[in-house]
This record gives sequence, structure tokens and C-alpha cells, in this order.
Amino acid sequence: MADVAIARLPETSAELRKARALSLGARCALPVAVLLGLGFLAPILAIFGYAFATPRSFDLFRSFTLENFATIFSPSNTVWVSFAWSCGFALFTVAILALVAYPIAYGLTMVFGRAAPLISVLFVFPLFVSENVRLYGWVLFFIKNGVLDGTLKWLGLPGGPEVLFTPGITLFGMVYTYLPFMLFPMTLGLALVPRDLVDAARDLGAGRLFIWREIELPLAMPGILIGMLLTFVLAIGATAEAKILGGQSIIVISHDIEIAFTYSQNWPLGSALAVVVTVFIGALTLFALSRLDLDRMLGRR
Amino acid sequence: MLQTMPAPLPSSTTDAASKPILQLVGVRKVFGGFAAVEGIDLDVREGEFLTIVGPSGSGKTTLLRMLAGMDTPSEGNITLHGELINDVPPNKRPTCLVFQSLALFPHKSVGENIAFPLKVKGVDPAARKARALELMKIVRLPDNYHDKNVMKCSGGERQRVALARALAYDPEVLFFDEPLSAIDYKLKKTLEKELKDLHRETGKTFIYITHSLEEAMVMSDRIGVMRAGRLVQVGTPEEIYSAPVDRFVSEFVGEVNTLKMTRGPDGAWSSPDVPGRFVLGRPKDGAALSEAFVVVRPEYMRFLGPSESADNRLEGTVYNEYSLGSRIQYQVRVGEKVMLVELSRARALSPGADPNVVIGWDAADAFTLGG
Repeated sequence: MADVAIARLPETSAELRKARALSLGARCALPVAVLLGLGFLAPILAIFGYAFATPRSFDLFRSFTLENFATIFSPSNTVWVSFAWSCGFALFTVAILALVAYPIAYGLTMVFGRAAPLISVLFVFPLFVSENVRLYGWVLFFIKNGVLDGTLKWLGLPGGPEVLFTPGITLFGMVYTYLPFMLFPMTLGLALVPRDLVDAARDLGAGRLFIWREIELPLAMPGILIGMLLTFVLAIGATAEAKILGGQSIIVISHDIEIAFTYSQNWPLGSALAVVVTVFIGALTLFALSRLDLDRMLGRR
Repeated sequence: MLQTMPAPLPSSTTDAASKPILQLVGVRKVFGGFAAVEGIDLDVREGEFLTIVGPSGSGKTTLLRMLAGMDTPSEGNITLHGELINDVPPNKRPTCLVFQSLALFPHKSVGENIAFPLKVKGVDPAARKARALELMKIVRLPDNYHDKNVMKCSGGERQRVALARALAYDPEVLFFDEPLSAIDYKLKKTLEKELKDLHRETGKTFIYITHSLEEAMVMSDRIGVMRAGRLVQVGTPEEIYSAPVDRFVSEFVGEVNTLKMTRGPDGAWSSPDVPGRFVLGRPKDGAALSEAFVVVRPEYMRFLGPSESADNRLEGTVYNEYSLGSRIQYQVRVGEKVMLVELSRARALSPGADPNVVIGWDAADAFTLGG
């Protein structure tokens, strides 16, 4: 009897409703799906729509033109300078962070021992304060007659260097802001290097540098590369550092987009710029992830 | 602690090589007030296969780490060829350790793993490959494994890679930290024999750590038994088996029958646990003792027929039997005590035999330990 009942197609209204109802998993995922749809997909769709709208109009999906893209790619447009600044600064940030974060990550996994969790928390702590507030803190520190300059003068010294509102301080701000995003994937990567392997390499005659080159670095590489990718993607979209610390001494690409949306009131142009940048970063990320064979690096395949 | 008789086994390669290669004098290791290793004196002879055996927590791994240079002794001296090596780092010692985890480099191929010590020494790639292939032949790995991902190898193959890599370092002494503990029984038996062969072929000194005495018995020229950080006995497998120095060693070596004995006013021995009078075994019938333990291995116990006799006899009831493969073990209850008797299958009791039996043993087959 039971077998027959299962094999029968749903007929009564209750059964039909049940058959159409979502599974438990799908129902649990519903809030997230709605959130993603509204908060993530909708804005992207809107940006895409505006990117193909008539310049300086505010009508979505009413017109279709490639004029905005033509403007961006026209030789007379200097927006590529902003883009170059963003890319260059992102690359520099990643390079400096790799050098700065590696010793800290090494310390956290191999040296600090029981103090490591506390030190990790200290590195996370700044993230609890808004980025803008922290950057204004640095402005107060470096500004003329500010914390550094004022203190030095009070001590009878010639005063602090005038670094504020320069490209250099922008880079400093970016390195400062993105340190945790490099540090933690890197720490995780280094933590994946089994202590036994280092001991074994040493036992087989290898010195410190050789072990670092042959064992530690290759095995920690997945973490390091993930950290690099993450910080690059974040840094290429950075705008606050250039605006607050750099004092607009350079204009980065995300600042250009912001100007298009606010000052110029040209939403379609800003959207087109945003699309170009998004596609560029997306393509780069996908390319990197496809080349970065995590399994092979970890020797799992 | 004590160095019982040298007497190398006929099979061992230690004829001219009885001088110690590695010498430990009063070696001690303290971790925060706890002595993991306590006063070890040991001479390791050149070319021997020495196994340190003991239960977990007996300090054998700590001892090995000191020998390999990964820990330094808190007290005492370790000398290699008469030279003090207490503080010599592992990469400057002519010794090599095969880790329990094997510690193979997962991002390197089989060949690269094996050739690692050669790369350290700056040997050129062609010569590295040639030597790796040679070593692969020695440890019985096929040539086409040279470029294979080491993580794709089976457990037994990985053992061989680890072994070949250690040999590539060309150490004078090879240490093994229970490398066979995670291997299934049959493969383990094969690898034990191979390791023994390899020892003979290479003529190097092997120091092997294990908690399994069975492993130690199969492979070793000498065995050292550790307990609570101390080396309780060092001797050939035969000595450890037939002349253990105390109850710990005798029980560690395998299942034994232990009977407590007391000497009566007339000088005769009796047991508080089982009825009867007994003749004690070696050494010297426990002459100086008033209380002793008699230890009899189950295979030295036998069932006595009506016309058979033995130095010692007990009446009991068979209540259980276990098949141990080629042998059968009987549990015989004598009063409150359970005695074990092991017979070869060919001499087993016939099924349905009277469970009331007489068991016995000769004094020469037992040994006596002080209380």
C-alpha cells in the first residue's frame, strides 16, 4: 500500500501545495538570496543600465547608447591617468605589504607563541574604528602644528616633515589601511607549513635560508597569494586615502567615478567608468584564481 | 642503566665494530620540573640495529630528539666518535631522523624529496637524479616514480621515499621515530624485514624507537627498554625475552604468568594465591630472597598427563581458549588465579576433553624476580 501511495502523482490540493513548496534548505537560504538580490545584484544592474544611457540623463533603461564608453576611451580623455594612479598605487601597496606583513606573520605563527592571539587582536582592533576617522587621526598627527610637528617644535627641534597631502602619504595610508587584509591570509598560509617539515629539512642539512626558500615559502604561497589578491582588489578601489591624506594631490579612479556621480551630475558616465573598472578587476581576479592552483600548491593533487 | 653481555647475534654485522659510535653518559632532560629522560647511560655500537622500546610517555621520543639534535640535554653528555655533540644543531650532525609523520615535502616529487639533501649540498641536477634513482632501487621503488607526486603514493611507498631521502643524506647513524606505527599489519611485517635487510646492506647504525616490542624483536640486534624516562634494560632480544630484569620488562615483553612466592620457615616456597610447594627458577632459586615473583611464559606451561611430571604442578579448570593462529592459548583457573597455557595447534587438547586439568612447568623454564 505504502509503495503505491508514493508512486502516485500528487492529486489533492494539500499534496499539490506540498509538492510545489521549497525544500527546507532552499527556505533557509531565502533571506540571503533576497538580501543578495536587493543589495548586490540590483545596484550592479542599475549601474549596468545607466552605463548605456544617454549622457547626463537620469532615465534608466529608456535609451541605449555606447557614447559613455566612447567618451572614456577617447584619446582626449585623461581618465586613464587616474586609472594608472590606482593600479600603480595598488601594486606598490601590495609589494610593500608583502614585505611588511611577512615578518609579522612569521612571528605570529612561529615566534610569539602564547602572545600571538593577543598580538593578532591588536592588529584587528583598528578595524573597529571607521576608516575615515582613522585617516583623519593620521592627518592630525602629520598636520602642521599637529601631534608630530607640534611635539617636535615644543622640544625645540625644527619640526616634522611636510608629508601631508603628497602621493607618498597616500601610499602610506593605503599600506596602513590594508595591513590586516594581507597579514591574516599570510599568517594562515604560514600556519599551514607543518613544523615537522622544517625540522626534517634542517635534519637533512639545510640552513635557514634554504629552508625558507625551499620549504616555508612554497608551502605558505597560497596564503600569501590570496593576501596579495585581496589587498590589490581593495587597494585599486581605494579613495579615502588619496582624498583625506593625499589631499587630492592625485585623483584615483574611484574618486573620478564619485566626481561623475556628484559634482558633474553625469550618472551614465560614472556608471560606464564603474563598469570598466569592475570588468577589469573581475577579469584580473578570475585570471589570477585560475592560474593559482591551490590544490597543487598544497600538494593535494 | 646496565650493559648486559655484548654477545652479538651471529646475523649481526658487528664483528670488528664493537667500539661505540654514539655514547650517552648521564643524559637527562627536564621540561619545567618534569624529568622526561632521567640519567641515561648507553653505548651504541657502530653498525648495530638498536631499538629503544617503551610505553608512550616513557621518554623515548625525547631521547631520540636529543640524539638527532632537535633538543639539547639538560645534563649529561652525548658523544659521537668521542666528540661532544650536545649543542651541535641537526643540520651539522652526520645523523638523520625518519619522522613518525615521515615529514615528506608535499610540494615536491618523489625524486625531489629523495634528492633534497643533495640539493642542500649543491650537487648538480643530473647527478642528483642519478643518485635518487639509485636510492629508489635500493628501497625498491620503481624508476617511473621519480616524477610522481609524493602525496599520491601509498603509505608503504611513502615509507620508502622517507627512507631513501634519509639515506641520500648519507648519515652515519639513522634514527627512526615509530615510522611504521600507522601501517597495516601485513605491510608492516614486509617493511620490517626490508628495513632489516637494508640495515645489513648499508652497514649503517640504526636506532629505532617503537612502543611495539614485537617490532623490536623482529629487527633489532639489541633492545633497550625504557620506563618513566629510564633505560631499564639493554640486551639482545633473547636476553630481554628470557632474562628480564624486573616485572615491568617481563610483562612488557608479552603475556606472562606471574606468581607471588613467599619462603616459609622450613625454607620451602609457597604461594599465597595457589596451593602447593614450588621450585623457583633462575637465577639461583631466589637464594637470598624471602619473597619473590616467579614468571613463566605461557608457552613454557604444559598440560600434564597422568604419567607426566614437572618441577611444579597446579590443578585447575580450563574455562576459555583462544586461537592465536598457529598456537592456541588456554585460560586455566587455579583457585582465584588465571594461568595461561599456550600450545602449538598440533598439540592442542582434543575437543570435549575433561576441563579439569593438571598444568605444570619446569624450574629451568621460569625466572625469578625480586619483590
